Amino acid sequence: MNVFQFIVQNRSEVVELTLEHLWMVAASTLLAVLVGIPLGVLITRWPGLNKLVLGSANIIQTIPSLALFGFLLPVPWIGARSERLAILALTLYALLPLIRNTYAGIKGVDASVLEAGRAMGMTGRQLLFQVELPLALGVIIAGVRVATVISVGLATIAAAIGAGGLGEYIFRGLAMVNNQLILAGAIPASALALLADASLGWLEKRLSPG
Amino acid sequence: MSDSSKNGAAIEFRNVSYSLSPGHELLTGLNLQICRGETLVLLGRSGSGKTTTLKLINHLVSPTQGEVYVENRPTTQWDPIRLRRGIGYVIQDAGLFPHFTVERNIGLVPTIEEWPAERIRQRVRELLLLVGLEAGLTGRYPRELSGGQRQRVGVARALAADPPILLMDEPFGALDAITRAELQREFLSLQKRLQKTVVFVTHDLREALLLGTRIALMESGQLVATLAPQEFAGSGDPLVKQYLEAFGAAPSACADRGIE
Repeated sequence: MNVFQFIVQNRSEVVELTLEHLWMVAASTLLAVLVGIPLGVLITRWPGLNKLVLGSANIIQTIPSLALFGFLLPVPWIGARSERLAILALTLYALLPLIRNTYAGIKGVDASVLEAGRAMGMTGRQLLFQVELPLALGVIIAGVRVATVISVGLATIAAAIGAGGLGEYIFRGLAMVNNQLILAGAIPASALALLADASLGWLEKRLSPG
Repeated sequence: MSDSSKNGAAIEFRNVSYSLSPGHELLTGLNLQICRGETLVLLGRSGSGKTTTLKLINHLVSPTQGEVYVENRPTTQWDPIRLRRGIGYVIQDAGLFPHFTVERNIGLVPTIEEWPAERIRQRVRELLLLVGLEAGLTGRYPRELSGGQRQRVGVARALAADPPILLMDEPFGALDAITRAELQREFLSLQKRLQKTVVFVTHDLREALLLGTRIALMESGQLVATLAPQEFAGSGDPLVKQYLEAFGAAPSACADRGIE
């Protein structure tokens, strides 16, 4: 039986695992956006925090994913359900590209534009929301894109702690030494990653000013 | 802004110094009065403190020593937002918002001042006419304009809320000679009608002689002399002589012809 026959025969399970996978990626990316963009803005305002925030996000990035799942296991409420745990871990991994790109995007705004805005009496808030964030949007979306693609891949490992998703097939396939099964998880996961990359790439292009 | 003062100075520098760090002074002991309705040109080479002087007026930088008075009130006591909304600002590369159309760029201050939409639209139309731009340009983005058009939009944007004071930092510096001459002429006729208090920064002596009612010559963070354009050629100051030599042709003739 080849992979595609397997996928067709088990389509309801494939769909279910794909949706689980998508849910983990979407929820964690959304959380990372909600935390990462404000953090990125924060370090443009207080450059003193720059090293601390980017450094921490960098360190998180270096923790092997299985180890991170393990570290988070004893955390109350989070550790109680593997799905929560997986979402938190994926969120932590997605933070770095978001913080870094928000920071770089805002720092990249033309100084003369900012000066003109300030000189015309725009408040800090008006500058941020009407000038800096809109002009940084393309770079920020590029960060979301990187984070999402990384998440789709990382989310397969969440199956190791029983959080479901397409990693189920991969781990099952590894245990049974069954390449078809591994591919049944890997192919839809790759397709998801490509799809996310393409659609966010399109959005990035649409929203980039100039 | 407050009513007219006794001395007629719209802006006054009282013993103003500015330094980035101790021992690194960009401006030293500046005393200068700028009268209502005049065009004061700050002339000097790069790094002489012209732009810093300009930025002290709208409190983009704070004096390290002394006070800058705008409408008889130190800038440090103004709400910076209110102060800046009453002062137009034009810079070399216009500093237009690349993601705003011409209309939104020009209407920026009226918009943040929360004018009604119809009044803003009307004001934008008025301003386009005033600076010699076609009404059809309102929907364009800055990247779709020529350098001269962008600079006109910059001037229109600075004038939008009809501020009594206008600060211009080498506004025509990046333009080609012909466009620059055109904008200089238009500036003169505009200024004749509007009678704003203008502080104009340039390193170009001819531009200074052409546009200024007075010229404040700056060097190494200090004010060297304040002269009327017609006094310039006769001044014995060595720095003035240097300028006259550097710019070659008899400057008074340049000023009369109004071209380069």
